[in-house]
This record gives sequence, C-alpha cells and structure tokens, in this order.
Amino acid sequence: MYEVRLHGRGGQGAVLAASILAKALVAEGKHVIAIPQFGFERRGAPVAAYLRIHDQPMRAMTNIYNPDCVLCIDSSLPRVVDIFSGMKEGGMLIQSTKRPLGELKIPATVATVALCDAVAITLEIFGRPITNTTMLGAFARVTGMVSLDALNEALNESNFRDAGLKQNQLALQRGFELTQVHTIERREAA
Amino acid sequence: MSAVLKPKNKVLVCDGNEAAAWGVVLSRPDMVAGYPITPQSSLVEYLAQFIADGVLDAEMVEAEGEHSVLSVLQGAALAGGRTYTASCGQGLAFMFEPYFRTPNLRLPIVMSIVTRDGISPQCVWGGQQDAMAVREVGWIQMFCETVQEVLDTTIMAYKIAENHSVMLPVNVNHDGNYLSNGIVRIELPDQDEVDRYLGNKDVNWHVALDPQRPMAVDPLTGGSAGTGPALFSRYRQGQCEGMQNSLGVIVEAHKEWAHRFGRSFAPLIEEYRLDDADYAIITIGSMAGAGKDVVDEARNRGEKVGLIKIKTMRPFPVDTMAAALSKVRAVGVVDRSVCFGWNCGPAFQETLAAMYYARERIPCLSMIGGLAGADLTQVHFDRAVRETAKLLTGPCPRQPIWLNAQD
Amino acid sequence: MKKQSIPIFDQSTIPNNLCPIATEYSKMMPGDWRSMLPVVNRKKCVKCSICWLYCPVQCIIERSGWFDANLATCKGCGICAEECPHGAIEMVAEED
Repeated sequence: MYEVRLHGRGGQGAVLAASILAKALVAEGKHVIAIPQFGFERRGAPVAAYLRIHDQPMRAMTNIYNPDCVLCIDSSLPRVVDIFSGMKEGGMLIQSTKRPLGELKIPATVATVALCDAVAITLEIFGRPITNTTMLGAFARVTGMVSLDALNEALNESNFRDAGLKQNQLALQRGFELTQVHTIERREAA
Repeated sequence: MSAVLKPKNKVLVCDGNEAAAWGVVLSRPDMVAGYPITPQSSLVEYLAQFIADGVLDAEMVEAEGEHSVLSVLQGAALAGGRTYTASCGQGLAFMFEPYFRTPNLRLPIVMSIVTRDGISPQCVWGGQQDAMAVREVGWIQMFCETVQEVLDTTIMAYKIAENHSVMLPVNVNHDGNYLSNGIVRIELPDQDEVDRYLGNKDVNWHVALDPQRPMAVDPLTGGSAGTGPALFSRYRQGQCEGMQNSLGVIVEAHKEWAHRFGRSFAPLIEEYRLDDADYAIITIGSMAGAGKDVVDEARNRGEKVGLIKIKTMRPFPVDTMAAALSKVRAVGVVDRSVCFGWNCGPAFQETLAAMYYARERIPCLSMIGGLAGADLTQVHFDRAVRETAKLLTGPCPRQPIWLNAQD
Repeated sequence: MKKQSIPIFDQSTIPNNLCPIATEYSKMMPGDWRSMLPVVNRKKCVKCSICWLYCPVQCIIERSGWFDANLATCKGCGICAEECPHGAIEMVAEED
C-alpha cells in the first residue's frame, strides 16, 4: 500500500487533483481511496487530501497519518502547516516551489525530493497560479506510478471550472518535464 | 466536481454523493428537489448538472428551504410521481415538519441523509446524530458502508418503499465526509436491468391528488370521542405493520439485487467472522471498513473476535440481532452519535433492547467516537476490540468510552 | 492605529464543557495565502483613495504621502492595482 497526502490551499484544486489522480490510477489497474479533509470552506484555508494506492481492494475509509509521499501544491503552505507530520522514514516530498533544494527546510526522514516551479509554469499557461495539474505531472515523473496517458484521460473526464482542457494537459506535460528530482543521502546519526 | 460525461464501461471513479446521484438517475424519478447543505451540497449539484446535461429526465425544484423541499415532494408523490431529495444536519431539522408527515401519509419518498453532526458546538463535518435523532419518526433507515453500496441501496430503496405491503419513505444514509466525498472505483448498473428490477412505478395507488378519484387527504382524525381513538390507532398500527413487513421486503430486495447485478450486501445486519467468535464489536456505517481490518489483525493474533455491522436501523432487526448476539459472550458497540437520555450511543441502546430476546444477557460496552468529522481509525478500533475483550473476564463499565477524547 | 476592544472576560470561572464559547482571536490572517502583493509607487500615488474605496477587505492604510496595503490582511486580489487611475500600484509575486 502506498499512502500519499496532498496539501494545498482551498481554491487551488488540491481535492480535484486527488480525484484526477485517483481516476488515472484506477485506469491503470490500481485500487484507490481518496478522501479530502475539510477545514474552513474558503479560498486560502489549508486543505489536505488523502490518497491510498494498493494492488488489492481496501476497506478502511480513514485519513492518512503516516504518508509515504507528501505532495504539496502550494509554495507558501509549509510555513504554516506541518506537511511532514507523521511521514514515514525514507519518504518522498513533491513540492511546488521556485527555490532550490538547499533553501528548503526538509526533515531528515525525507529521502527523495521532487521540486517543480509550478507557479512560473502556470502563470505562463493560465495567467494564474493554479498549480494542481502541473503538480500531478511532477507526481507522475518522480513516482512513475501513473502514466501521462492515464492522467490525460482523467483530465479529459474532469470538469474544469476555470481553465480549458488543453491548457491543463499542457500544464501536466510541463510539470512532468520540468520537475527536478533529488535523492538525499541520509546522514547517519553521530 | 468530477465526471459528468457518460462513464466508459460502466466504471466510475467518484465519491458517495456522485454515486447517490447516479443511483437517482438510474431510478428514473419524476421530480427531485433539493437545498444545499454541507456535506450534501455536491449531491444536489450533480443532480442539477445531470438534468441540465439531459442525463436525468426529471423536474428539479430548488425550493427556498428544506421545509418546502419535502412539502413539494409530498405533493408530487400524491400526484403519482417518483421523488427524491437529500439533506442532513440543520437542513433535516428545518425539514422536520414534512419529514414527520411523510411516513404518516405512507408516501414512498426516497431521501439520502448525508449524515453529519448537529450544529452545536458549531460544526460542518460528518457524524450520525442527525439521522439517529429522527429515527423514531417512521422512515425506514439504512446505513451504507461503501460508496458502491450507496449507489445500489439508493435504487433498492425505491423497490422497498413502493412495495405495496410497505409504502413507507426510505432514508439511505451515508457518512458525511468519509463516504460523501471519499472517492473510489465503482460500477454503474445497467439501466435496462434496473428498469426490470424496479418494475412499473406505482406510487399513489392508495392515496392521490387525482380529479378522477376525488378524496380528502389527511382529514381530522383522533380525539377522545366517537370514532376518533380507534381510527387513529388503526392508521398507526398500519404504519407499524408496514415497518415490520419491510424487514422481509428489504431482505428480498437485496437478494434480487444480488441475483441481477452480482453484488450482495447484508440487508439487515452483517456478521463478519462471528460464527466462532467469543466477542464482537458492533459498528454502523463506513467505520466498519477499519473495524474489519482490525478484526482480521486481532484474529491473526489469536483473538476470537467478530464484527456485526448494522445496515438497517429502522425497523430495527430485533430477531436477527438477538440471534447474532447469542453467538458471543460480550459485545462492544461503537456509535458515531449520542443517545442523550441514556448516556450512551443509540446503537448501544438498541442492542441492549434486542438482547432481551437473545439467549442470555451478555456484557455490553458503549463506545462513542467519530463525532463531527473525527476519524475512527484502526488505532481506535484496536482499542475498541481490546476494551471489549476485557468484558470477558472483568466488570462491564456503565459509562461510555469516548474514543476521540485523547486525540 | 485602530483601537480594538479586547475581551476581558475570564473563562476559567465556568466549566469548559457547558455552552461552546471562545474568547481568543484566531491567529489566521487573510494575508497568509497571498501569492501576489501590491507595491505602491509613492511618486505616482496622489492619495485619491480609489484603492481604499475598492479594497474588498478594507486593508488600505493611509501613510504620510501615499496609501499602502496592510499586508497582514491583504489577500493580493489585485483590485487596487486594477482600479488605480494613476497606475501607481503593481502586483508582484510574493516571496515565500
């Protein structure tokens, strides 16, 4: 079982991203449960979505407390929310940011970091910083768990409120291409 | 909001609200009415979208409040229409006047309650207090465990409600947040097969607003003089009979569903690894998933524990529950709501009552958790199992255990 | 500086499981999730107060020679930049 926790802010499409990813993973034969976490229902409030992926059917409809992977689609969120809470040792972080790896505060438990300047990509494509589909491309790139074809198919079936299908497919592609993956050598405790 | 286009190969990846909406589509109602309230809102939005897209051929009434929503549907049902609505929480509270009347008029309206906790302390998250609070009004109530079950049960509800020996409205309940917005893969049943399953609509053969059959609906009845007392009692007895008849009808409806669609759900209660169990936990709703995982883990440790899941809460399957209780020596009931008058959970109180008809009285523990969106995880269920196991050798606490109190 | 009333009621005198009440302000500010912020060109600002009129959260504050946004509450919606008749406000990306 692989547990992913998505973090974002209300209005950025984090929950829709979980839904698209769920569709794509199911199309590729996986069993998936995706549950959003509700806080204040308004733009900007921190929002999380829990996504479980497995080869066998799952029964528990519960939140995720020890994610294998944290996918954060908002660059300012780690300042206000502990997105790493409960993360498994050797986990993966996929973060939307324009900063290089050295400037980020990342706990030693994280073994793989994928960074993507999704804001720059989306400002160019949409004129607005809606980073959700771009970050799905980053997810596909670093985990290899889901193909771009499946994600494109899932995008095709989703109802986008703000921007068209083609733009989102382009954002997905760019997110996939422009993500940098870093493997962190874990420091042994002295 | 997710897929609205026709799903390929009948496979859909969606949440409970969308699944319920598809269940409604396949049941071909004549009129749906709704007013949004978290966490039900997306359900009525899907219905509106389906109607706009031509996927659902029904009239939609967007009333100014839930009171009017259900009142409008009463009129539609009296005129022969198959109807649907959904609500929860404060919306259900606002709906209470027509909600009370609907079973008394024996109108087979189907309504989803996307269960949530009542307002105060102020909350918008899932629980089961709203559905439990109205369990004595006379609606049939079924609680779903999975998203697929939500879709399937919505359709089955019409079969049950419109059965001539039942003629009672049905609540199909699913947990707010976890089921309403939890996304999984489901399968859509075939429309033609659903049409064959439901058969012809027969909603107002017994009472109607129909110029060809003029009648006064719901005239003054009761009082202490004349025919009043006997007459009123006759109608109440009829309701009780309908409720009791529905037990068999619910079982049959599920059997036929399994036969036609290949998916079976326990109609009244589900017994999970109960036959050789020493003790069991009792659950209701989506929490049962985590509960079953923990029962499996406990079994691997050598614990002889089982799980009972209540699907049909009203009418309460007294005999079926009593038979299940007779298999074990202790039970712990996990409730997602509160029975204020008894300082316990509602399912616990009902289990105690059913136990009167069981082989013997066994220790029974009340545990309350998952209120206002709180999570009931494997960790909580592990505690529930351990606390219930203690009843085999130690005293049975009279106070409920509040499972999320230390979270 | 705006004056605000500060609650002086001491909650500890009543049991904490009666009626749900709160007496402390939440620390969550609208400025927390801004992705763009308004930067005022002081030379162009003539203090016409159009930005102050239009701001949906009323975060525009008056300084000695120009109007500025209170960054604690400014959401970065960009309406002030859009409406300023003198083009004195520019939306720039937020550093995070």
